[in-house]
Amino acid sequence: MFSAYLIHLLILAGIYLILAISLQLAVGFSGLLNLGHIAFYAIGAYTSALLSLAGWPWWLCLILAGIVSMIFGFLLSLPTNKLKGDYLALATLGFSFVIYAVALNWTGLTRGPLGLPGIPKPSLFDFVFSDNLAFLILTVIIAVISYFIIKRIVSSPFGKVLEAIRDDELATKVLGKNTFKMKTYALGISAFFAGIAGSLYAHYITFIDPSSFTLLQLIPVIAIVIIGGLASLKGTIIAAIILVLLPEPLRFIGFPSSIVGPARQIIYALLLLLILIYKPKGFYGKVELE
Amino acid sequence: MLKIQNLKKHFGGVRAVNDCSFEVKKNIITALIGPNGAGKSTVFNIISGILKTDSGRIIFDGKDIINLSPEKISNLGTSRLFQQSQLFNNLTVKENLLLALNNEDTKFWSAFVKTSVDKKNKFEEKIKEMLKLIDLEEFENTLARGLSYGQKRLVELLRAILNPHIFLMLDEPVAGVNPKLRNVIAEVLLKLKRQGETILLIEHDMNFAFGVSDEVIVMDEGKVIVQGTPEEIKNNPKVLEAYLGEC
Repeated sequence: MFSAYLIHLLILAGIYLILAISLQLAVGFSGLLNLGHIAFYAIGAYTSALLSLAGWPWWLCLILAGIVSMIFGFLLSLPTNKLKGDYLALATLGFSFVIYAVALNWTGLTRGPLGLPGIPKPSLFDFVFSDNLAFLILTVIIAVISYFIIKRIVSSPFGKVLEAIRDDELATKVLGKNTFKMKTYALGISAFFAGIAGSLYAHYITFIDPSSFTLLQLIPVIAIVIIGGLASLKGTIIAAIILVLLPEPLRFIGFPSSIVGPARQIIYALLLLLILIYKPKGFYGKVELE
Repeated sequence: MLKIQNLKKHFGGVRAVNDCSFEVKKNIITALIGPNGAGKSTVFNIISGILKTDSGRIIFDGKDIINLSPEKISNLGTSRLFQQSQLFNNLTVKENLLLALNNEDTKFWSAFVKTSVDKKNKFEEKIKEMLKLIDLEEFENTLARGLSYGQKRLVELLRAILNPHIFLMLDEPVAGVNPKLRNVIAEVLLKLKRQGETILLIEHDMNFAFGVSDEVIVMDEGKVIVQGTPEEIKNNPKVLEAYLGEC
């Protein structure tokens, strides 16, 4: 019983990890304060769910979830490319509201608030990942691959250009670097992995509705990125595991579920505040949040 | 090398650059001087594409570069040093300099294909050689934000020099720098000139500007008031008037 519960938590930690390291690429490494990340997660989840319900193979749904989210990432970067800091945060936040509104109101496609039930479990070569342990292994494999791809990007000269843009975009331009293209890449790649996380979530829970993709879902992801430390992948991994597990003891204290939910948000918010006050760089951060 | 023709730029009611024209010759150091607010940095920002001009032309190496983007202008062969420190503070000195040297790093595939050993060694040797020149070898792996003001200035100057170019623009390279470092920077600039570099520099320190430059352009109230050799400029009454006011 307990191990099934732990497996469930670890699957969620894996999904949050992919979501957080992809957000880290945009926020920590490229300086793009993207609050629309949850929208890419939603686009990936809906793309994968709709395609698999239409009978498409899971592996193709997973890749297309990433690609469709990436295309939206590229599209979002076009109007927001010149925006910085708070303005970019507001514009991308607006984008997440738009995607939420579409998911809620385009009932012909998404069934709106009724959601999409019966999303099939992933299957590969006739093997169905119906067992949670198998799903955990799948999540870990995808999380590890995502981690190594993002690590490779940020440690390469390409990643150093992204960091240069974060530190001083004008100086980067004057060195002859096309920062418009670089920022578009950063948002696109970040959105790709958020889409992959969304696909995993949809096939794990087997039901999605717009309420799974609100601002409340973004708070833990932002908290993971900031608490782990900007521009630190190691910090992100540790923070993802800790933040998913941290509120869980509340369940065993005997609080009713109506308290556990809000208490979880309060814990994240409190932790975020304490970190911002006493350790603004997070645990392993290289850069301070401005 | 560079021809500025009838450049104009205003900010609200202020005419920062007002019908400014001058020419920078190849293989020499030209100093652009003038009192505060004369429009020197604005001209620099227009040349490097950071500001859009209201009217006028800029011909660089035979091409009209007016209102091109900063990266396009840089890739045509210009490199510049800013008046304020604009190092990438969270990157090391070496990473700052590599960004100037490597012009393939914006290609996405470069993240997955290793830079050839030859090329990597060539870059690293070049960086070591340049850091040795300014006595900062031991700071190669130090984060830029950990450097002192003078050291930052030197690294920034190196970054501008290493960025592939045929025309170097330096905005107050020795402002706030101690006399010893000032001499080092003067030596570096004179060495570059001997190698055939074309340099345009803005400077408030007259001794420094007259000491390194072959030609001086004086700006006041957004336009060029006189252009000539340092000797001619030193005794020009218009220059004295611009700096000291009417006597």
